[in-house]
Amino acid sequence: MYISKINISLRKTILDPQGKAIEHSLKSLGFEPIVDTRIGKYIELKIDAVSKQEAEKISEEACKKLLANPVMEDFTFEVTEIGGTE
Amino acid sequence: MAGVKAGVVVFPGSNCDHDIYYILKHIMNTDTEFLWHKEQGIGDRNLIILPGGFSFGDYLRCGAAAKFSPVMNEVIRFANNGGVVIGICNGFQVLCETGLLPGVLLRNENLKFVCKTVTLKVENNKSIFTGDYEIKEEINIPVAHGEGNYYCDSNTHMELVGNNQILFRYTDNPNGSLDDIAGIQNINRNVFGMMPHPERASDKILGNTDGYRFFKSVVESIQ
Amino acid sequence: MTEPEINFSLAKQFGLLEDEYERIIKILGRTPTYTELGIFSVMWSEHCSYKNSILQLKTLPRSGGRLLVGAGEENAGLVDIGDGLAVAFKIESHNHPSAVEPYQGAATGVGGILRDIFTMGARPIAALNSLRFGKISNGKAGETVETVSTVSTAGRSKFLFKNVVKGIGDYGNCFGVPTISGEVYFEECYQDNPLVNAMAVGIVKHNESATATASGVGNPVFIVGSSTGKDGIHGATFASEEISEESESKRPNVQVGDPFTEKLLLEATLEVIRSGAVVGIQDMGAAGITCSTSEMSAKGKCGMEINLDLVPLRDENMSAYEIMLSESQERMLVVVEKGKEQIAIDIFDKWDLNCVEIGKITEEEKVKIYYKGKLEADVPPYDLVLGGGAPVYKREIKEPAYFKDKRAFDLNSVKEPEDLNKVLLTLLSSPNIANKKWVYEQYDYQVRTNTVILPGGDASVIRLKDTDKALSVKVDCNGRYVYLDPYKGGMIAVCESARNVACTGAKPLAITNCLNFGNPYNPEVYYQFSEAIRGIGDACRILETPVTGGNVSFYNQSQDYAVYPTPVIGMLGLIEDVDKIMTSYFKKEGDIILILGKPVDENSIKNDIGGSEYINTIHGLTEGNSPDIDTEFEKKLQEVILKLTDERLVNSAHDISDGGLAVALAECCIMDPENMTGCEINIEYSGRKDFRLFAETQSSIIISADPGNIKKILEIAEMYSVNVKETGITKGNRFKINTEIDLPLREIAEGYYNSIKNIMEV
Repeated sequence: MYISKINISLRKTILDPQGKAIEHSLKSLGFEPIVDTRIGKYIELKIDAVSKQEAEKISEEACKKLLANPVMEDFTFEVTEIGGTE
Repeated sequence: MAGVKAGVVVFPGSNCDHDIYYILKHIMNTDTEFLWHKEQGIGDRNLIILPGGFSFGDYLRCGAAAKFSPVMNEVIRFANNGGVVIGICNGFQVLCETGLLPGVLLRNENLKFVCKTVTLKVENNKSIFTGDYEIKEEINIPVAHGEGNYYCDSNTHMELVGNNQILFRYTDNPNGSLDDIAGIQNINRNVFGMMPHPERASDKILGNTDGYRFFKSVVESIQ
Repeated sequence: MTEPEINFSLAKQFGLLEDEYERIIKILGRTPTYTELGIFSVMWSEHCSYKNSILQLKTLPRSGGRLLVGAGEENAGLVDIGDGLAVAFKIESHNHPSAVEPYQGAATGVGGILRDIFTMGARPIAALNSLRFGKISNGKAGETVETVSTVSTAGRSKFLFKNVVKGIGDYGNCFGVPTISGEVYFEECYQDNPLVNAMAVGIVKHNESATATASGVGNPVFIVGSSTGKDGIHGATFASEEISEESESKRPNVQVGDPFTEKLLLEATLEVIRSGAVVGIQDMGAAGITCSTSEMSAKGKCGMEINLDLVPLRDENMSAYEIMLSESQERMLVVVEKGKEQIAIDIFDKWDLNCVEIGKITEEEKVKIYYKGKLEADVPPYDLVLGGGAPVYKREIKEPAYFKDKRAFDLNSVKEPEDLNKVLLTLLSSPNIANKKWVYEQYDYQVRTNTVILPGGDASVIRLKDTDKALSVKVDCNGRYVYLDPYKGGMIAVCESARNVACTGAKPLAITNCLNFGNPYNPEVYYQFSEAIRGIGDACRILETPVTGGNVSFYNQSQDYAVYPTPVIGMLGLIEDVDKIMTSYFKKEGDIILILGKPVDENSIKNDIGGSEYINTIHGLTEGNSPDIDTEFEKKLQEVILKLTDERLVNSAHDISDGGLAVALAECCIMDPENMTGCEINIEYSGRKDFRLFAETQSSIIISADPGNIKKILEIAEMYSVNVKETGITKGNRFKINTEIDLPLREIAEGYYNSIKNIMEV
């Protein structure tokens, strides 16, 4: 059993109004050193695969097919093995 | 109008399906049916509408899950063969996700859902969707969306402009859309998507009929 | 988990009183199990049992007229509107959840009330809401940070306001119901206890409505919709306590809403009811499976055997206690006719929803809960429910001490302002009066293409396709009036909501109410409660608008102060001919402006300035008495306006309310922003000008009409002994009252339309 931790973020060239709003709030709370804030999505998949490679392949396909839209989003993921079926 | 056989696709979270159906069936008097998203085909329908709503809850991205509904295979084939397909609001988002239209709809710039009547400028009336309007005519149509902020890369944008694919622009942009884009057609001119809701402005009792001519244009060009 | 020992000290932690605990032992003839104790405590909580309010509620007119079911009999009231159609409608509070988690609290409030409607077999066609927060206007622009410690009280109120609105919008918009009307007030007394009341209206054919009664021994019992998780356990008990610092730590109690699943549940529920497979159905709101199994059984005078092993669970390792008390959203309990199980299963399968048989109806009047082979609860349903064995209390009453001071206050001591233009502009841009488009533009108010009168006016109107009819709906309450005089305030809430509906050309039919009060164990609070109910009842009897049901929310109170007593009225009105719908704004120049009402004099005006927005906003005071109200006269006034609209004699109708005559007239000029129409008004003063302009005199309606219709209007008004005063004409693009007020319309529109946005955004 594997866990795939997927991060999806808006592509750098795209305006992120949510990130901007949150940055504004942080600044108003006194977090002056924060210079940039970007909001993304975090998705966790539990994958029943025979190998890490297979789990990575499934993650990649899931991202390309559904989880991320390449027109506006980039994605990264990290697959780790977990014990048994919990 | 006997020639038109309209099919309104119903995803489980569609909520403007009945509104479109009402206009096509009872105001335009066309042969109109619902198409449940789990159906494999579109039967004898020659006009397909993807209505507004939240197709599958839209928790991931608007319209992202809808493209995998069984009926969409046939809708995509129909569109690729020149069939007329219209997406309104969530339907526009679905068309972008399927790739039948270029670009994507981002979250509104001010992060808020916006429901109000906006003014659109008709940018191209030589299309089957806008033939009944005058060029540069301004019409009032309601919007209601949280993610209507149209975006595409600059090459795509140049193509949209160069090919006269932009049919409607906002005069007072409510969502941050690139180049004030409110509605676009594909390069083959048979697929069209817009965020505003013409079906909310097609019935006299509601006090605004500027959207009626949109449906009239479409119905007349399919005759 | 290991279950603790059952004794009174545990029962006390569950919110039970000592004699209540003893009563449980007597009912069962033994000490309850842990699960049973949970069941009793939640069923006997204020929220489910109405134990401190039911005696008062029973004094309300709760049947008759067009009511198809009496108040409290089903999930929502049902009112006949002819053509074989009925309207189901109800209002409910979600105050406590919204105070700790405004977004989800408000969203699940909307979800809960929508479920109440479609459980009746009715399709929701409109949603409304009534909101109260602390003042937002003395903070920094755009400041809506949530960290309590670092922010002003106004910032906290803005945070709550912003997220409540977003929660309501996101839920209703996704579900696909137009949110067409509402009210929002900002007062200091709601600082720690915001009020979030949600109302829904649905429509059903008479022969397609469903009941929440279990019947038919051997019939299977299904749970449908979402899986059951650990969320919201003891939410009903939570709603029956005061807000304290501990409430923050109770966050896990707040449920999370899923509007998409609710939409699926709606479609599947209506389909299964129409299929004829359903014997009885009830949604799971407060106290989840506990409440639905016991209430349905009690109503049907039968029992149920339930096997919790079969309930689809979202969390692993849940105890019987947790499953029974879970308040996971978007679930229903359905009793299906034996032999028709597959019909139900197929329909829910079509919508990709759970539909699982978890038990059956039994003859013995016991709800028996089995889990993992053990009988976890064996309780008589009748003893659990309101109207059955649930405790009923009559609380102590004491006239509030503050009345004396408030009423003795000499309003003449308030300084008369020199510049009335400035006063008017300040009032129009004060958040309580200003237009609420910052709010309603976040709600999809047009989906389903029925909304004829959009939010922003008096009442909103939706047409009913396939008929000539339309419904007019409104929520209303002026908590300040109720605070100053609970009896008059209660009457005014009913009268004003009826008047609002009548101004659209609709005949008021019935009400639902949401009674938001402080701690009922405080005799002064209970005085407010019982007097407000007396006022509501008296007004409803005169106006012939029975109470179809609603909700009581007590404990809207923090350490040392309660909210204003706020009995929110949701009014339903019927328009027989959609072509005769009336709007509130002036239509064109050259119309005559008239005021329908009672003659006013110096004394009546001085009384009616008490509790006004003018005294509060301009002078920072809440003093005097509530305005006077004469319900018999109100009834006649409404008959006149209905007659005038029916005979198409008027071009606009708008009642005088918050801000008084001058504000109401200004609203008539600017309420259609695309087509503003000015006016010239002539008032004969007796007494102070500021009082005359801003007194909130009740039972007054401003109309505009073609000069040719005036004679006819006067004749009709005279038939009903209603006074008509010609007050001015529509003209130009300025707002003029004698020589005191003279402003360009765009200047008054600017503050009116933009002030809330300016407060909320950078």
